[in-house]
Amino acid sequence: MVNYIWLGMMVISIMVAGIQGNIEVITKAAFEGADTAVKVSFSLIAIMTFWLGIMKLAEAAGLVRGLARLVQPITAFLFPSIPKDHPAMGSIVMNLSANVLGLSSAATPMGLIAMKELQKLNGNSKTASEAMCTFLAVNTSCLTLVPTTIIGIRLMYGSQDPTAIVGTTIFATACGMTVAVIADRTFRKIYNWRRN
Amino acid sequence: MFEIINQISKWAVPFILLVVPSIAFIKKVPVFETFVEGAEDGFATAIKTIPFLVAMLVAVSVFRASGAMQLMTDLFSPYLSKIGFPAEVLPHAIMRPLSGGAALGIATDIIEHHGPDSFIGKLVSTMQGTSDTTFYVLTLYFGSVGISRYRYAVANGLCADITTLVASLFIAHAML
Repeated sequence: MVNYIWLGMMVISIMVAGIQGNIEVITKAAFEGADTAVKVSFSLIAIMTFWLGIMKLAEAAGLVRGLARLVQPITAFLFPSIPKDHPAMGSIVMNLSANVLGLSSAATPMGLIAMKELQKLNGNSKTASEAMCTFLAVNTSCLTLVPTTIIGIRLMYGSQDPTAIVGTTIFATACGMTVAVIADRTFRKIYNWRRN
Repeated sequence: MFEIINQISKWAVPFILLVVPSIAFIKKVPVFETFVEGAEDGFATAIKTIPFLVAMLVAVSVFRASGAMQLMTDLFSPYLSKIGFPAEVLPHAIMRPLSGGAALGIATDIIEHHGPDSFIGKLVSTMQGTSDTTFYVLTLYFGSVGISRYRYAVANGLCADITTLVASLFIAHAML
Protein backbone atom coordinates (compact mmCIF):
# COMPACT_ATOMS: atom_id res chain seq x y z
CA MET A 1 0.00 0.00 0.00
CA VAL A 2 2.81 2.39 0.87
CA ASN A 3 4.26 1.70 -2.59
CA TYR A 4 1.08 2.93 -4.30
CA ILE A 5 0.77 6.01 -2.10
CA TRP A 6 4.38 6.97 -2.65
CA LEU A 7 4.31 6.43 -6.41
CA GLY A 8 0.91 8.13 -6.67
CA MET A 9 2.15 11.26 -4.89
CA MET A 10 5.21 11.50 -7.13
CA VAL A 11 3.45 10.84 -10.45
CA ILE A 12 0.44 13.07 -9.75
CA SER A 13 2.65 15.91 -8.48
CA ILE A 14 4.91 15.87 -11.52
CA MET A 15 1.95 15.67 -13.91
CA VAL A 16 0.13 18.54 -12.19
CA ALA A 17 3.25 20.70 -12.21
CA GLY A 18 3.86 19.87 -15.89
CA ILE A 19 0.31 20.71 -16.97
CA GLN A 20 0.25 23.93 -14.95
CA GLY A 21 3.56 24.93 -16.52
CA ASN A 22 5.69 25.16 -13.39
CA ILE A 23 7.73 22.00 -13.70
CA GLU A 24 10.80 23.80 -12.34
CA VAL A 25 9.42 23.69 -8.78
CA ILE A 26 9.73 19.88 -8.71
CA THR A 27 13.53 19.72 -8.66
CA LYS A 28 13.79 22.37 -5.99
CA ALA A 29 11.07 20.78 -3.84
CA ALA A 30 12.64 17.33 -4.12
CA PHE A 31 16.00 18.57 -2.85
CA GLU A 32 14.35 20.61 -0.12
CA GLY A 33 12.48 17.51 1.05
CA ALA A 34 15.68 15.47 1.12
CA ASP A 35 17.42 18.24 3.02
CA THR A 36 14.68 18.36 5.68
CA ALA A 37 14.82 14.57 6.05
CA VAL A 38 18.55 14.52 6.70
CA LYS A 39 18.24 17.39 9.18
CA VAL A 40 15.51 15.55 11.08
CA SER A 41 17.62 12.39 11.24
CA PHE A 42 20.64 14.32 12.45
CA SER A 43 18.66 16.06 15.18
CA LEU A 44 17.58 12.59 16.29
CA ILE A 45 21.19 11.60 17.03
CA ALA A 46 21.33 13.72 20.18
CA ILE A 47 18.03 12.73 21.81
CA MET A 48 18.34 9.09 20.73
CA THR A 49 21.80 8.77 22.27
CA PHE A 50 20.63 10.41 25.46
CA TRP A 51 17.46 8.34 25.93
CA LEU A 52 19.13 5.08 24.94
CA GLY A 53 21.60 5.69 27.76
CA ILE A 54 18.85 6.41 30.28
CA MET A 55 16.81 3.41 29.14
CA LYS A 56 19.81 1.11 29.47
CA LEU A 57 20.16 2.31 33.07
CA ALA A 58 16.44 1.76 33.69
CA GLU A 59 16.73 -1.72 32.28
CA ALA A 60 19.80 -2.58 34.37
CA ALA A 61 17.99 -1.33 37.46
CA GLY A 62 15.04 -3.62 36.69
CA LEU A 63 12.67 -0.65 36.24
CA VAL A 64 11.63 -1.47 32.66
CA ARG A 65 10.60 -4.97 33.68
CA GLY A 66 8.77 -3.61 36.71
CA LEU A 67 6.84 -1.15 34.58
CA ALA A 68 5.99 -3.89 32.08
CA ARG A 69 4.61 -6.07 34.89
CA LEU A 70 2.56 -3.18 36.26
CA VAL A 71 0.58 -2.59 33.07
CA GLN A 72 0.52 -6.25 32.08
CA PRO A 73 -3.31 -6.63 32.18
CA ILE A 74 -3.76 -3.99 29.44
CA THR A 75 -0.76 -4.82 27.32
CA ALA A 76 -1.45 -8.57 27.37
CA PHE A 77 -4.74 -7.78 25.60
CA LEU A 78 -3.17 -5.40 23.08
CA PHE A 79 0.03 -7.33 22.42
CA PRO A 80 -0.62 -11.06 22.89
CA SER A 81 2.51 -11.96 20.87
CA ILE A 82 4.95 -10.21 23.23
CA PRO A 83 6.16 -12.42 26.11
CA LYS A 84 5.27 -10.85 29.46
CA ASP A 85 8.10 -9.03 31.25
CA HIS A 86 9.76 -8.45 27.88
CA PRO A 87 11.63 -5.08 27.77
CA ALA A 88 9.56 -4.13 24.69
CA MET A 89 6.53 -3.68 26.98
CA GLY A 90 8.40 -1.25 29.22
CA SER A 91 9.46 0.98 26.35
CA ILE A 92 5.99 0.85 24.75
CA VAL A 93 4.49 2.08 28.01
CA MET A 94 7.13 4.81 28.32
CA ASN A 95 6.40 5.93 24.75
CA LEU A 96 2.63 6.06 25.27
CA SER A 97 3.00 7.94 28.59
CA ALA A 98 5.28 10.50 26.93
CA ASN A 99 2.68 10.87 24.17
CA VAL A 100 -0.14 11.42 26.65
CA LEU A 101 1.89 14.07 28.46
CA GLY A 102 2.84 15.72 25.18
CA LEU A 103 6.59 15.22 25.68
CA SER A 104 7.49 14.81 22.03
CA SER A 105 11.26 14.92 22.55
CA ALA A 106 10.98 11.88 24.84
CA ALA A 107 8.17 10.10 22.97
CA THR A 108 10.02 9.58 19.68
CA PRO A 109 13.20 8.06 21.20
CA MET A 110 11.10 5.79 23.46
CA GLY A 111 9.11 4.69 20.42
CA LEU A 112 12.26 3.90 18.47
CA ILE A 113 13.61 1.93 21.45
CA ALA A 114 10.33 -0.01 21.54
CA MET A 115 10.68 -0.73 17.82
CA LYS A 116 14.22 -1.99 18.42
CA GLU A 117 12.94 -4.44 21.04
CA LEU A 118 10.03 -5.52 18.84
CA GLN A 119 12.44 -6.07 15.95
CA LYS A 120 14.44 -8.48 18.14
CA LEU A 121 11.25 -10.51 18.62
CA ASN A 122 10.63 -10.25 14.87
CA GLY A 123 13.93 -11.95 14.04
CA ASN A 124 15.29 -8.88 12.22
CA SER A 125 12.84 -9.37 9.37
CA LYS A 126 12.15 -6.69 6.74
CA THR A 127 8.42 -7.25 7.23
CA ALA A 128 6.48 -5.61 10.06
CA SER A 129 5.32 -7.89 12.88
CA GLU A 130 1.77 -7.93 14.26
CA ALA A 131 2.90 -6.31 17.49
CA MET A 132 4.55 -3.49 15.52
CA CYS A 133 1.36 -2.79 13.58
CA THR A 134 -0.63 -2.68 16.83
CA PHE A 135 1.96 -0.46 18.50
CA LEU A 136 1.93 2.04 15.63
CA ALA A 137 -1.87 2.04 15.47
CA VAL A 138 -2.06 2.91 19.18
CA ASN A 139 0.89 5.31 18.98
CA THR A 140 -0.39 7.43 16.08
CA SER A 141 -3.90 7.65 17.47
CA CYS A 142 -2.74 8.19 21.03
CA LEU A 143 -4.49 10.53 23.42
CA THR A 144 -2.85 13.82 24.31
CA LEU A 145 -4.27 15.23 27.51
CA VAL A 146 -3.11 18.78 26.90
CA PRO A 147 -2.30 19.76 23.31
CA THR A 148 0.16 22.42 24.45
CA THR A 149 1.36 23.64 21.06
CA ILE A 150 -2.07 24.52 19.71
CA ILE A 151 -3.17 26.05 23.03
CA GLY A 152 -0.10 28.27 22.81
CA ILE A 153 -1.02 29.38 19.30
CA ARG A 154 -4.64 30.10 20.31
CA LEU A 155 -3.35 32.18 23.21
CA MET A 156 -1.00 34.05 20.87
CA TYR A 157 -3.91 35.12 18.65
CA GLY A 158 -5.93 36.38 21.60
CA SER A 159 -8.33 33.53 22.34
CA GLN A 160 -10.80 34.20 25.18
CA ASP A 161 -10.81 30.51 26.08
CA PRO A 162 -7.67 28.80 24.78
CA THR A 163 -8.40 25.47 26.51
CA ALA A 164 -11.95 25.25 25.10
CA ILE A 165 -10.71 22.62 22.67
CA VAL A 166 -9.38 20.19 25.29
CA GLY A 167 -12.72 18.42 25.73
CA THR A 168 -13.31 18.07 21.99
CA THR A 169 -9.74 16.85 21.51
CA ILE A 170 -10.13 14.12 24.13
CA PHE A 171 -13.44 12.99 22.64
CA ALA A 172 -12.11 12.80 19.06
CA THR A 173 -8.90 11.03 20.09
CA ALA A 174 -10.82 8.48 22.14
CA CYS A 175 -12.92 7.68 19.05
CA GLY A 176 -9.78 7.41 16.92
CA MET A 177 -8.00 5.15 19.39
CA THR A 178 -10.96 2.80 19.70
CA VAL A 179 -11.22 2.48 15.92
CA ALA A 180 -7.45 2.04 15.64
CA VAL A 181 -7.52 -0.99 17.95
CA ILE A 182 -10.58 -2.48 16.20
CA ALA A 183 -9.09 -1.82 12.74
CA ASP A 184 -5.82 -3.42 13.79
CA ARG A 185 -7.61 -6.59 14.92
CA THR A 186 -9.73 -6.71 11.77
CA PHE A 187 -6.90 -6.10 9.30
CA ARG A 188 -4.72 -8.63 11.11
CA LYS A 189 -7.41 -11.30 10.64
CA ILE A 190 -7.97 -10.37 6.97
CA TYR A 191 -4.25 -10.35 6.32
CA ASN A 192 -3.64 -13.75 7.94
CA TRP A 193 -6.70 -15.22 6.27
CA ARG A 194 -5.57 -14.05 2.83
CA ARG A 195 -2.08 -15.40 3.36
CA ASN A 196 -3.27 -18.90 4.29
CA MET B 1 -6.98 19.98 36.32
CA PHE B 2 -5.01 21.26 33.34
CA GLU B 3 -2.59 22.99 35.65
CA ILE B 4 -1.91 19.65 37.36
CA ILE B 5 -1.27 17.91 34.03
CA ASN B 6 0.96 20.78 32.96
CA GLN B 7 2.99 20.41 36.14
CA ILE B 8 3.29 16.64 35.59
CA SER B 9 4.54 17.29 32.05
CA LYS B 10 7.12 19.72 33.38
CA TRP B 11 8.38 17.39 36.10
CA ALA B 12 8.29 14.09 34.22
CA VAL B 13 11.70 14.19 32.55
CA PRO B 14 13.67 15.64 35.49
CA PHE B 15 11.95 13.05 37.71
CA ILE B 16 13.08 10.20 35.44
CA LEU B 17 16.60 11.63 35.32
CA LEU B 18 16.72 11.70 39.11
CA VAL B 19 15.05 8.39 39.91
CA VAL B 20 16.47 6.06 37.25
CA PRO B 21 20.19 6.62 37.92
CA SER B 22 19.60 6.67 41.70
CA ILE B 23 17.81 3.32 41.76
CA ALA B 24 20.39 1.86 39.38
CA PHE B 25 23.12 3.03 41.76
CA ILE B 26 21.38 1.50 44.78
CA LYS B 27 21.17 -1.78 42.85
CA LYS B 28 24.95 -1.59 42.37
CA VAL B 29 24.79 -0.90 38.63
CA PRO B 30 27.91 0.97 37.40
CA VAL B 31 25.81 3.98 36.30
CA PHE B 32 28.23 5.88 34.08
CA GLU B 33 29.48 2.83 32.18
CA THR B 34 25.98 1.46 31.68
CA PHE B 35 24.70 4.80 30.35
CA VAL B 36 27.55 5.01 27.83
CA GLU B 37 27.06 1.41 26.79
CA GLY B 38 23.41 2.02 26.01
CA ALA B 39 23.99 5.38 24.35
CA GLU B 40 26.40 3.80 21.88
CA ASP B 41 23.58 2.84 19.52
CA GLY B 42 22.16 6.36 19.27
CA PHE B 43 24.12 7.42 16.24
CA ALA B 44 23.46 4.24 14.23
CA THR B 45 19.73 4.32 14.98
CA ALA B 46 19.36 7.94 13.92
CA ILE B 47 21.43 7.55 10.75
CA LYS B 48 19.48 4.45 9.73
CA THR B 49 16.32 6.55 9.34
CA ILE B 50 17.83 8.80 6.63
CA PRO B 51 16.93 6.83 3.46
CA PHE B 52 13.37 6.19 4.65
CA LEU B 53 12.78 9.79 5.66
CA VAL B 54 14.30 11.14 2.44
CA ALA B 55 11.94 8.95 0.39
CA MET B 56 8.89 10.12 2.33
CA LEU B 57 9.72 13.80 2.72
CA VAL B 58 10.71 14.23 -0.94
CA ALA B 59 7.28 12.92 -1.96
CA VAL B 60 5.53 15.21 0.54
CA SER B 61 7.55 18.24 -0.50
CA VAL B 62 6.92 17.65 -4.23
CA PHE B 63 3.22 17.06 -3.55
CA ARG B 64 2.87 20.43 -1.85
CA ALA B 65 5.05 22.51 -4.17
CA SER B 66 3.63 21.14 -7.43
CA GLY B 67 0.13 22.41 -6.70
CA ALA B 68 -1.24 18.84 -6.54
CA MET B 69 -2.41 19.38 -2.98
CA GLN B 70 -4.21 22.60 -3.94
CA LEU B 71 -5.88 20.76 -6.84
CA MET B 72 -7.05 18.00 -4.49
CA THR B 73 -8.51 20.61 -2.13
CA ASP B 74 -10.36 22.38 -4.97
CA LEU B 75 -11.70 19.04 -6.21
CA PHE B 76 -13.10 17.81 -2.89
CA SER B 77 -14.18 20.95 -1.07
CA PRO B 78 -17.58 21.47 -2.84
CA TYR B 79 -18.70 17.99 -1.73
CA LEU B 80 -17.33 18.29 1.78
CA SER B 81 -18.89 21.66 2.51
CA LYS B 82 -22.29 20.00 1.95
CA ILE B 83 -21.75 17.76 5.00
CA GLY B 84 -20.68 20.70 7.18
CA PHE B 85 -16.96 20.42 6.63
CA PRO B 86 -15.57 23.89 5.87
CA ALA B 87 -13.37 23.99 2.76
CA GLU B 88 -10.75 26.12 4.53
CA VAL B 89 -9.84 23.22 6.81
CA LEU B 90 -9.34 20.61 4.07
CA PRO B 91 -5.65 21.39 3.37
CA HIS B 92 -5.01 20.76 7.05
CA ALA B 93 -6.80 17.41 6.95
CA ILE B 94 -4.77 16.35 3.91
CA MET B 95 -1.44 17.61 5.26
CA ARG B 96 -1.81 16.37 8.85
CA PRO B 97 -0.77 12.72 8.30
CA LEU B 98 2.15 13.74 6.08
CA SER B 99 3.93 16.62 7.75
CA GLY B 100 3.52 17.96 11.27
CA GLY B 101 5.27 21.23 10.52
CA ALA B 102 3.18 21.94 7.41
CA ALA B 103 -0.09 21.10 9.19
CA LEU B 104 0.79 23.33 12.13
CA GLY B 105 1.58 26.12 9.68
CA ILE B 106 -1.83 25.73 8.03
CA ALA B 107 -3.58 25.62 11.42
CA THR B 108 -1.78 28.77 12.57
CA ASP B 109 -2.73 30.52 9.35
CA ILE B 110 -6.42 29.59 9.76
CA ILE B 111 -6.46 30.69 13.42
CA GLU B 112 -4.85 33.98 12.44
CA HIS B 113 -7.38 34.70 9.68
CA HIS B 114 -10.59 33.41 11.25
CA GLY B 115 -9.78 34.03 14.91
CA PRO B 116 -9.10 31.36 17.55
CA ASP B 117 -12.66 31.47 18.91
CA SER B 118 -14.46 31.15 15.58
CA PHE B 119 -15.98 27.79 14.66
CA ILE B 120 -13.32 27.14 12.02
CA GLY B 121 -10.57 28.17 14.43
CA LYS B 122 -11.81 25.79 17.09
CA LEU B 123 -12.33 22.98 14.61
CA VAL B 124 -8.81 23.22 13.23
CA SER B 125 -7.42 23.44 16.78
CA THR B 126 -9.20 20.20 17.66
CA MET B 127 -7.96 18.54 14.47
CA GLN B 128 -4.40 19.63 15.20
CA GLY B 129 -4.56 18.27 18.75
CA THR B 130 -6.17 14.93 17.94
CA SER B 131 -4.28 13.60 14.98
CA ASP B 132 -0.71 12.59 14.43
CA THR B 133 1.64 12.68 11.47
CA THR B 134 0.81 9.06 10.71
CA PHE B 135 2.90 8.59 7.55
CA TYR B 136 5.87 10.34 9.05
CA VAL B 137 5.72 8.23 12.22
CA LEU B 138 5.37 5.00 10.24
CA THR B 139 8.34 5.91 8.03
CA LEU B 140 10.50 6.94 10.97
CA TYR B 141 9.66 4.02 13.26
CA PHE B 142 9.86 1.30 10.63
CA GLY B 143 12.90 2.93 9.07
CA SER B 144 14.85 2.89 12.33
CA VAL B 145 14.76 -0.92 12.34
CA GLY B 146 15.08 -1.38 8.58
CA ILE B 147 11.52 -2.54 7.86
CA SER B 148 10.27 -1.75 4.37
CA ARG B 149 7.14 -3.94 4.23
CA TYR B 150 4.49 -2.25 6.37
CA ARG B 151 1.70 -4.86 5.90
CA TYR B 152 -1.59 -3.38 7.13
CA ALA B 153 -0.05 -0.62 9.26
CA VAL B 154 -0.95 2.08 6.71
CA ALA B 155 -4.55 0.90 6.55
CA ASN B 156 -4.72 1.00 10.38
CA GLY B 157 -3.40 4.54 10.46
CA LEU B 158 -5.75 5.79 7.74
CA CYS B 159 -8.80 4.29 9.50
CA ALA B 160 -7.83 6.00 12.74
CA ASP B 161 -7.12 9.32 11.00
CA ILE B 162 -10.44 9.37 9.16
CA THR B 163 -12.26 8.47 12.38
CA THR B 164 -10.64 11.29 14.37
CA LEU B 165 -11.42 13.71 11.55
CA VAL B 166 -15.11 12.74 11.48
CA ALA B 167 -15.26 12.72 15.29
CA SER B 168 -13.63 16.19 15.45
CA LEU B 169 -16.18 17.52 12.99
CA PHE B 170 -19.07 15.92 14.86
CA ILE B 171 -18.04 17.11 18.32
CA ALA B 172 -17.19 20.59 17.03
CA HIS B 173 -20.71 20.93 15.60
CA ALA B 174 -22.25 19.51 18.75
CA MET B 175 -20.31 21.48 21.37
CA LEU B 176 -18.68 24.60 20.00
